[in-house]
Amino acid sequence: MSNDKVIEVEGLTKMFGDFTAVNAITFDVEKGEIFGFLGANGAGKTTAMKMLIGISKPTSGTAKVAGFDVFTNADDIKKNIGYMSQKFALYDDLTVKENITFFGGIYGLSRKRIKEKSNALIEELGLEEIASKLVGSLPLGWKQKIAFSVALLHDPKIVFLDEPTGGVDPITRRQFWEMIYKAANQGTTVFVTTHYMDEAEYCDRVSIMVNGIIEALDTPKKLKEQFNAVTMNDVFLKLARG
Amino acid sequence: MSITVVNISKSYKNVKALESISFDVKEGEIFGLIGPDGAGKTTLFRVLTTLLIASEGTATVAGYDVVNDYKSIRNSAGYMPGKFSLYQDLTVEENLNFFATIFGTTIEENYDLIKDIYVQIAPFKDRRAGKLSGGMKQKLALCCALIHKPKVLFLDEPTTGVDPVSRKEFWEMLKRLQKKGITILVSTPYMDEAELCDRIALIQDGKILEIDTPKAIVKHYPKPIYNIRANNMYQLLNSLNGYEHNHSVYPFGEFVHYTDKRLDFNPKDLVQYLESQNLLDITVSITEPTIEDTFMELAK
Repeated sequence: MSNDKVIEVEGLTKMFGDFTAVNAITFDVEKGEIFGFLGANGAGKTTAMKMLIGISKPTSGTAKVAGFDVFTNADDIKKNIGYMSQKFALYDDLTVKENITFFGGIYGLSRKRIKEKSNALIEELGLEEIASKLVGSLPLGWKQKIAFSVALLHDPKIVFLDEPTGGVDPITRRQFWEMIYKAANQGTTVFVTTHYMDEAEYCDRVSIMVNGIIEALDTPKKLKEQFNAVTMNDVFLKLARG
Repeated sequence: MSITVVNISKSYKNVKALESISFDVKEGEIFGLIGPDGAGKTTLFRVLTTLLIASEGTATVAGYDVVNDYKSIRNSAGYMPGKFSLYQDLTVEENLNFFATIFGTTIEENYDLIKDIYVQIAPFKDRRAGKLSGGMKQKLALCCALIHKPKVLFLDEPTTGVDPVSRKEFWEMLKRLQKKGITILVSTPYMDEAELCDRIALIQDGKILEIDTPKAIVKHYPKPIYNIRANNMYQLLNSLNGYEHNHSVYPFGEFVHYTDKRLDFNPKDLVQYLESQNLLDITVSITEPTIEDTFMELAK
C-alpha cells in the first residue's frame, strides 16, 4: 500500500510569530481516497491546506504531495493538483466556455485537448444551454459544479476542495458529491473540507483538527464507535468542545 | 403580529427575485427562512429592513409600514447582513460605540441585552474588526445589531461557513434573546437549523414552498422513506439511480434515502435487485423524513 500514498505528511508545523497555527500534524492519504479534513473555524485547516498545495512554506516537518516535496518542489505540486475554494472559483464575467478555455490554457493543455475536454465537460454536466452564458449569472450550485470540473481539467492526481458546498441547495449539494465519488472512483484523490457533518459521512476517512492538532483520524464508522456517537456531528461536538 | 408580509414581489429587469410572498411572524417567535443561495432570502430581508422597495405588495415590521414608516422601523429593527458590514478599521469597542451613538443610545444603557455575547469578545475590544476571526466577527455584528434594543431582529445567514460548534453556540444565544422578548427572523441554508425555529418557511426561486412548524412540515412528506446501506456507496448510488422504480435517491450521511414510485413497494424486491448488481452487506429499513427530505421533495 505504501506506493499508493499520494499525500505523506509528518510533523508538519506552521508558526506565525509565537503562534502555532499547525502543530506537528502527521497523516497519509491514499490514491483514490476521499479524505475529509474537518475542524472548527480557526483550527488551522486553511493554513495546513495552503502548505499542502505549495503556497505556504512550513516552519518544520516534512510533506510530500503527489510525490513532490513541499519545501523543494512546490511548483511541481501545483502542476499535479487541482484546487477549488469556496470564495474564488471562476471568472464571473467570462462565459462557461471561456472559463474552461482560460483555465485549460493556464494548466498548459493543448488547444485540441482543451476543445475535447470542454466538449466532454459540457455534455457530461448538461451545460449545452448555458455554455455561452456569463458565469456570474448562474446559480451558486452550478458555479461550484463547473469549478470542480475545471479543477479536474488537467487530470490532477489530487484535488483539494475547500468548503465546496457552503450555501449550496441540498439537491445540488448531493449532485456535487456524486461528482466527487465519480472522480475518486476513477483514481483521483479528493481532499475536502466541509462544515456539513452529513458530508463527513461520505468520506472514506476523516481527520478532525482542534487548535492546530489532528485530534482524531479514522473512518466515519470507527470514529463514531470511538466517541460513542450516533452521528459525525456528535463526534465533532464532543471533540471540538474539548 | 411582529412582521406581516402580504404578496411581496420584487423584480430586477427580467429576473423575479420574489414572487408574491406572504407570511406573518408572531411576537417573540423565531421564524426561519430556509432555502439555498439565490432563493431570494436576502432580497426579502432588504425589503423588510427598508433598504429596498418591493415592486408589489405591502409589509409591516413592529406595526410600521416598510415604505411609509421606514424611519420608525430603523429604530425598531436590528439587522445583521450576510456579508460582514462593520467598519474593518475600527476596533471592536469603537464599532459598538459607533452604532450605539447613531441610534442615540450608549453601550451602558443596553449592556444587559448584549452582555452574554459581548463578554466573549471583550478580551479583544481593542482589536480592529478586520483582524477578528469569523466567529468573533459574527458575535460583534450581533452585538451591533442589538445595541439599540430592537423589537425585531433580522439575521441573514448568520451561520453560513461557520463550524458546527460555533453554530450550536450561536443558536443558544438566539434562544436567550427570544426569552427577552425579541422577535427573530433568521435565514439559513442549513436544514438542521430549521428544527430550532418555532416556524419555518421553505423558500426556493423566490417562492415559498411551505410554511409551518418544523414538526408539521416533515409530517406532510408524501411517501415512506427507506434508509439503504451497502458495502460501496458510489456503486449503490449508481444502482439505485438506474433502478426503474425509484422516485428519489439521495445520499444522507452513511445511508441513502430512497423512495419508490410504486404504492405496493416491497423492500425485498429492491434487495434482490441490489444483490443482482453485486452489492454486498445490503440493509434496507424504513426511516423518518427530515426537513431536508421535505425540501428536496418540494423543490424537485
